[in-house]
Amino acid sequence: MADIRDAHEDILLAPIEKTGRGFYIGVAVLSVFILWGALAYAVQFFEGLGVTGLHQPVGWGFYVTNFVFFIGISHAGTLISAILRLSKAEWRRPITRMAEVITCMVLFIGAGQILVDLGRPDRMMNVLRYGRYQSPLLWDATSISAYLMASLTYLYLPMIPDIAILRDRLKKRKLFYSVLALGWKGTERQQRALNRAIAIMAVLVIPIAISVHSVVSFVFSMTLQPMWHSTIFGPYFVVGAIFSGIAALIVAMIVFRKIYGLHPYLKPIHFRYLGQLLLIMALLWFYFTFSEYLTGYYGAQPEEMKVFWAKFSGPFWPFFWAMVLCNFIIPLACLVRLGQRTVGKVLTASLAVIVGMWLERFIIIVPTLSYPRLPFPEGIYLPTWVEWGETAGSFGLFALFYLLFTKFFPIISIWEIREGREVGVKEVEERLMSYLPDEAEKRT
Amino acid sequence: MALWGMVIDLDRCTGCQACVMACKAENNVPAVGSKEAHKGRVISWMQVLTETDEEHHAEKVRFIPRPCLQCDDPPCTKVCPVYATYRNPEGIVAQIYARCIGCRFCMAACPYNAKYFNWYTYQKEGQGQNPDVSLRGKGVVEKCTFCHHRLQKARARALAEKRELEPNEYVPACAEACPAQAIVFGDLSDPGSEVSRLARSPRAFKLQEELGTKPKVIYLTEGEGGG
Repeated sequence: MADIRDAHEDILLAPIEKTGRGFYIGVAVLSVFILWGALAYAVQFFEGLGVTGLHQPVGWGFYVTNFVFFIGISHAGTLISAILRLSKAEWRRPITRMAEVITCMVLFIGAGQILVDLGRPDRMMNVLRYGRYQSPLLWDATSISAYLMASLTYLYLPMIPDIAILRDRLKKRKLFYSVLALGWKGTERQQRALNRAIAIMAVLVIPIAISVHSVVSFVFSMTLQPMWHSTIFGPYFVVGAIFSGIAALIVAMIVFRKIYGLHPYLKPIHFRYLGQLLLIMALLWFYFTFSEYLTGYYGAQPEEMKVFWAKFSGPFWPFFWAMVLCNFIIPLACLVRLGQRTVGKVLTASLAVIVGMWLERFIIIVPTLSYPRLPFPEGIYLPTWVEWGETAGSFGLFALFYLLFTKFFPIISIWEIREGREVGVKEVEERLMSYLPDEAEKRT
Repeated sequence: MALWGMVIDLDRCTGCQACVMACKAENNVPAVGSKEAHKGRVISWMQVLTETDEEHHAEKVRFIPRPCLQCDDPPCTKVCPVYATYRNPEGIVAQIYARCIGCRFCMAACPYNAKYFNWYTYQKEGQGQNPDVSLRGKGVVEKCTFCHHRLQKARARALAEKRELEPNEYVPACAEACPAQAIVFGDLSDPGSEVSRLARSPRAFKLQEELGTKPKVIYLTEGEGGG
């Protein structure tokens, strides 16, 4: 028993104990992207938003798209992990932490997009000083900060026993781990308290997560603009968020499986289950998209139809149909049969969904602004190097945060895997027995 | 309390853009230059929109001078996260440049595209500017205020002379400049005013009235019931 435990700890602690050349190369590559983003923002900060491709009437472009996209990705983590925990899905054990880390990291990046988008970032604090609660932006600020706090707590709590392992085993950063471990000794009382806290957070986090992307959608749907003013937007955005979140989670899992050799933990079965979840979300996403566009088309209000045709066959058609391809056709083709080459198929579908969901956010935001109600001079939005840089930098920063996290903490929960082996197996058997009718007494 | 409003007679409008130029001069609206204009960043608080008749394709063109419509139920003020834009008690939708954080939510919410953004620092203090109107720096939204500074000035003058404000003492620059007298300005809460009388005309209509924004800029259609 002791040997098995140590072997597991060795694999999972290896990235923290040893740092290879690959890590530095990775950091260097990401730094290039981040520097590009930083340069772009510096230029924008001193010159003004004029250095972007934004104009009148398209006042929102890449930044707001990124905002909605990244906040959407954040649903990967905490929400999925909470649902899997609550539904007692045993296969969750090696996945939950990876998912939760995505949430916490990406929320910073997502909220940051709004700051980048501001004309006067120096007046950011006005939102607190003069905050007007009637504005959906304030709802966003409230909801996202609540989600961030809840997600950080929900990430941290299940990490405590692992931090204690780090404290005891690792020779470096003793003080850091000692403080964070909160004196964890693994007594039965501590374990009970921890399990209870995790369960409470798991329940709490679900409504908060749903509120987050609902209010993000309200930024658009509360206005009167054609194809924004729609009651379906709340759930539509939430579904899209979970959809893109699962895709991001799968990609992260495959990347870290490869670079840290986590194959024994992340087996094809995990990818099959997540792939099936992704397929369900693809179908749900299509259902929402179909309802949304059919409603607009059938009602055929002239202003709505202008935007509608701009997406279907007008200037935005490449983006619209690429979105349909990436979000529906490719996932469907890849995920319906997952018997063989599971990981490859799931990876293809996930990458497509990530691209597709970014396009979806873009195709919701920009065409509506491009076709205002009044006969206003229309303009096509062409992003400049500044927006591309900022976007590249945002992705780079997210990846860097994630990579650094794996250098400080185990990316797969050591104690939860152990618990699965020691307690979970028995629990599942007992639970399964409790589902079945009691064994009939043998007739004699 | 007065409720300031405007009637624009499309039958009289020749599309000469005098109102546009008068507004720019009066309100220190920056000229953004041709490069910026090509990018679609012209700032024009009063803007003459052209609408071609859909039934008689391209035969008929209609000019619609569009200031801020000063909605009584403005979609832009509700969404502002910092109260930088609001409807004042006299019905004018104001913008506090010193508070605006530049999120452009109000621009996205305005169905009339009546709000404009300073993508760069378009102007510095210099000669030929109207000292009554503050300059807007980069990164903030600006809009037509019905030449609100003129109201403040007229009111101060009346106060100094210890008398009531006369109805025709306060007129925005666009109404003053219109050579065809297509723009009539006044107090909509006074049923006897000319603007109220015209607003009750059978020719009167409001832009996108069905949105329920209750604009206080009212248009009169062209004579033969077109449009």
